[in-house]
Amino acid sequence: MDCEETRDLLDGYADRELDLVSSLSVERHMQVCEDCLRAHQNLQALRSLMRDESLYFRPSAEVRKHITSALRAEVKIERHLPLASWRWLAAAASVAIVAIATLTFVQRPKGPSAEDLIAQEVISNHVRSLMEPHHPVDVPSSDQHTVKPWFNGKLDFSPPVANPADQGFPLVGGRLDYLGGRSVAALVYQRHQHYINVFIWPSNDAREMAEKTMRRQGYNLVHWQKSGMEHWAISDLNEAELRQFAEIIQNRL
Amino acid sequence: MEDKIARFEHAVLPHLDAAYNLARWLTRDVHDAEDLVQEACLRALKSFGGFRGVNARPWLLTIVRNTCYTWIQQNRSRELTTVFDEAIHSGELDECNAETLIIRGADVKQLTKALEELPVEYREAIVLRELEGLSYKEIADVADVPIGTVMSRLARARKRLQQGLTGPMRKEVLLGL
Repeated sequence: MDCEETRDLLDGYADRELDLVSSLSVERHMQVCEDCLRAHQNLQALRSLMRDESLYFRPSAEVRKHITSALRAEVKIERHLPLASWRWLAAAASVAIVAIATLTFVQRPKGPSAEDLIAQEVISNHVRSLMEPHHPVDVPSSDQHTVKPWFNGKLDFSPPVANPADQGFPLVGGRLDYLGGRSVAALVYQRHQHYINVFIWPSNDAREMAEKTMRRQGYNLVHWQKSGMEHWAISDLNEAELRQFAEIIQNRL
Repeated sequence: MEDKIARFEHAVLPHLDAAYNLARWLTRDVHDAEDLVQEACLRALKSFGGFRGVNARPWLLTIVRNTCYTWIQQNRSRELTTVFDEAIHSGELDECNAETLIIRGADVKQLTKALEELPVEYREAIVLRELEGLSYKEIADVADVPIGTVMSRLARARKRLQQGLTGPMRKEVLLGL
């Protein structure tokens, strides 16, 4: 490695952002090149100067208090707004009466089941994960031995993680998510251009349930229960392939 | 609702110092920083329902950063047009024999001035890296640029800071001789 290449890497080296091979090359070069070593020392001198406490600005206690009370006031406004006046209440009541009357005469649909509600959340979380600017995962890795331990200390259970890359469903990574009122593991797999989210959390009962497929809003969902865990897989992938994926995952674990 | 504010305060308020520090360096003004941090916190509260991550710090810093940039665009739009793409090494590599000592002995006031004179994009990168300890990936997410851009902004920022610290001293040394 020559001086020019080394200088390009000095910042990354000082920030510990280089991979091992590049780090070692930089170190080896600095052992024989005094100029680059000095450039590195200059960088470190600058960095230690930047650690001076007076460069870090902190808000005064007054400003903190101000912000906290502004936040609380905002929440109060959100809460009280609909009940601000009796006129609003009256208007709301009349709308409600019409609504009830309509519901009574029109054929009344059954309320959504618990499974429907979860399915709805699964869809929202899937869509939201794909809207994330960079990645649908917090731990991007195709290695289940990296992804599985990542959840340690973040969840009160350890989700089963497989990587059926050899069968065309490579693991993309994992993410924490929130579903059905609890923190859950989300594993992301890929099939060609399609992402598959699998949400996993401990089931309330120990029964096993074979996979059940449903279709909502253009997405296919597969739900199964195995080894005390709830599994929900969702994707825009076609039903046959998603079922195939669910079977592969179940057989691997 | 009580629950919402409690969860929000628990997740976000520990990072208020970081939020303020970033706003203060981006605006270089105490009062503007205070106003913008408050505005950013209210925005954060509104979008808190959509926050899914584990670490609220980069998330909050992104909101603070965007709030500050909107403000800069409205009030000091000239600052945003100053991104130079100068080469990091202008032809020759610097010789830096005496510089390490000069930098070590430099005054923090001088460094503050040099930091304030950096283009806002460089200042943002160096503050997030050195003062907040964010990784390149996190800085890339906050500033919404590729990691390569973060690397070159940091390199350029540091280069300028070193020049800012050693430039005037060197002249004095030369004059003294």
